[in-house]
Amino acid sequence: MRLPDMRVLMGSGMVVLLAFALVLPSISPDSATTNMATFTLMYVGLATAWNIMGGYTGYISLGHAGFFGFGSYTLGLLLAKLGVAGGYTPFLFVPVAGLITALLAVLVGWFALRTRAATFVIVTIAFMFMLQLLAENLIGLTGGGSGLGFPIPPWRGDFYDIPFYYAMLVLALLGLAVSWWIRRSKFGLGLLAIRDDEDKALAVGVPAGAFKLTAFVVSAALVGMIGGVYGYYVTYIYPQFVVDPLIGISMVLMVFLGGLGTLGGPVLGAVILEPAQLWLAYHYGASRLYLVLYSAVFLLVILLMPRGIIPSVRELIARWRARAPAPQKVVAP
Amino acid sequence: MTLALEAAVLGILTGGVYALMASGLTLIFGVMRIINVGHGALVVLGAYLSFALWNRWNIDPFLSLVVTMPVMFVLGVILQIVFVRPLKTDREALSVLVTYGLALGIEGLLGYFFTSNYVQITAWYDTASFPIGSFRVAYVYVLGFLLCLAILGAMFLLLYRTSFGSAIRATMLNRTAAQLVGIDVDRVSAFAFGIGMATAAAGGVVFGITNSFNPGSHYDLISRLLTIIVLGGLGSLRGAIIAALIMLVTTDITAVVISPVWASFVFFVILVAVLLVRPQGLFGVSVRDRL
Repeated sequence: MRLPDMRVLMGSGMVVLLAFALVLPSISPDSATTNMATFTLMYVGLATAWNIMGGYTGYISLGHAGFFGFGSYTLGLLLAKLGVAGGYTPFLFVPVAGLITALLAVLVGWFALRTRAATFVIVTIAFMFMLQLLAENLIGLTGGGSGLGFPIPPWRGDFYDIPFYYAMLVLALLGLAVSWWIRRSKFGLGLLAIRDDEDKALAVGVPAGAFKLTAFVVSAALVGMIGGVYGYYVTYIYPQFVVDPLIGISMVLMVFLGGLGTLGGPVLGAVILEPAQLWLAYHYGASRLYLVLYSAVFLLVILLMPRGIIPSVRELIARWRARAPAPQKVVAP
Repeated sequence: MTLALEAAVLGILTGGVYALMASGLTLIFGVMRIINVGHGALVVLGAYLSFALWNRWNIDPFLSLVVTMPVMFVLGVILQIVFVRPLKTDREALSVLVTYGLALGIEGLLGYFFTSNYVQITAWYDTASFPIGSFRVAYVYVLGFLLCLAILGAMFLLLYRTSFGSAIRATMLNRTAAQLVGIDVDRVSAFAFGIGMATAAAGGVVFGITNSFNPGSHYDLISRLLTIIVLGGLGSLRGAIIAALIMLVTTDITAVVISPVWASFVFFVILVAVLLVRPQGLFGVSVRDRL
């Protein structure tokens, strides 16, 4: 039997998934499900955005929660200073928040990308805690520990989650489109070369510095926009909940579970882990056992599947294919 | 001025504690090339172990180290064998995730057993103080400092005066070459992780006496410890000690001169400034830390 063409299979699978994502709010039984789907899409977007930097260039940033929180605060402050009322207008300011986050990312990338590997990881962690401290301490601007409020959307009951669901969907699709384009472009090829061997990449003429910074900024801007929508969704943000190390590590874990540096990996990882995480939080959130269970899931994922689902499955298929086409011998009667 | 001087003295004393905690972290990095993001959680675990011993059986916190340090050493060896050794590909990134997962698990377990209320280890000497010039210094800071100094000294003796220490240093310099000359690097790695944990236990006791803590305290701790070892240069013990002193002295002086809320921030600014000039940190050996 001839194996179906992988591309056709993947393509039709994606169309089905997209159609499902589009109609999900109308077939969702209750707003709790829509809420769960919204958070899952949020993580699809976050993991996809993180993958552009972490997966393609191999620079592991644990500080993306910093950009998430920064985007969130930026949108909140923009809306507050401009006096924007709740409704659909705040969504128009999300790209502005993304742009401002991009500016911050240029600054952070400028010093963080001087370091490599382990040092880079630590510098990004330090950056995240620095932002958290700023959010806590610039009380006049951010409200400090008492939080920052967003305009209250006028939607009620069952409809409330739906605009946010579609906003997250749009951002996730935007992230995927960017990620897909980068993967196919010469720019993406340069990023992969940097991941494999930065010095060799430099030697063959890849402008590593500019490429890394671009990937970093694109990734951060996407995360910042998602952070903005998140802030509007939850309507009240606090430094330790938007600049949350757990958010930063979750997106990384999702990428690793699905497959580092693949287009679909982050999606797969987010779709598996986020509902699991929400389920654990819902059932065990009251006790600290939630954290223990989450860490158990976490450690199992890394130890059992260090290369991620998609690369592992791909390898299986390749092995299977290599074995399968043993030509059938025609035996004469 | 007196305030600043007092802060500087206190900074040096607490800097010793951070030097001890950071040296364990940088040792682990040096030997295994992994970033142990769970180090802060292990310090907090050490603090809770001593807290429990003191709380239940009234064992003196410093004395409890006789129990907690070996326990943490064994735990470290086990953790290394179970969670770190299996990582073959992409060690650097995966080790961050694994140790982060461990930190979350420890935080969760501590929260389950001890709740998330803040606690502090107390002993008779924690309020006693003696005068130096125009201000008073609590005994506990001096005792903690001396303890950390003693353990750091023991660590240096182990590293520079024993053959096992040479094996550790050889592994830090070049893992493959160490293997070629017959060093069992897996054993060295497990022991180094154990040593790191034992020093975390010791650091934890002093941390627990001088600070109130809860299971979530490890985030703040690890962000400080990581910035210390980056400032000092990853894998450099000397660097970690000096960076710890710089950090604690600047943060303590900032706390009294400007405001406590900006204390940690100033240190991050120093870190950024140093990295702009020396991306490898103060005592880092090479620009290329990718092996």
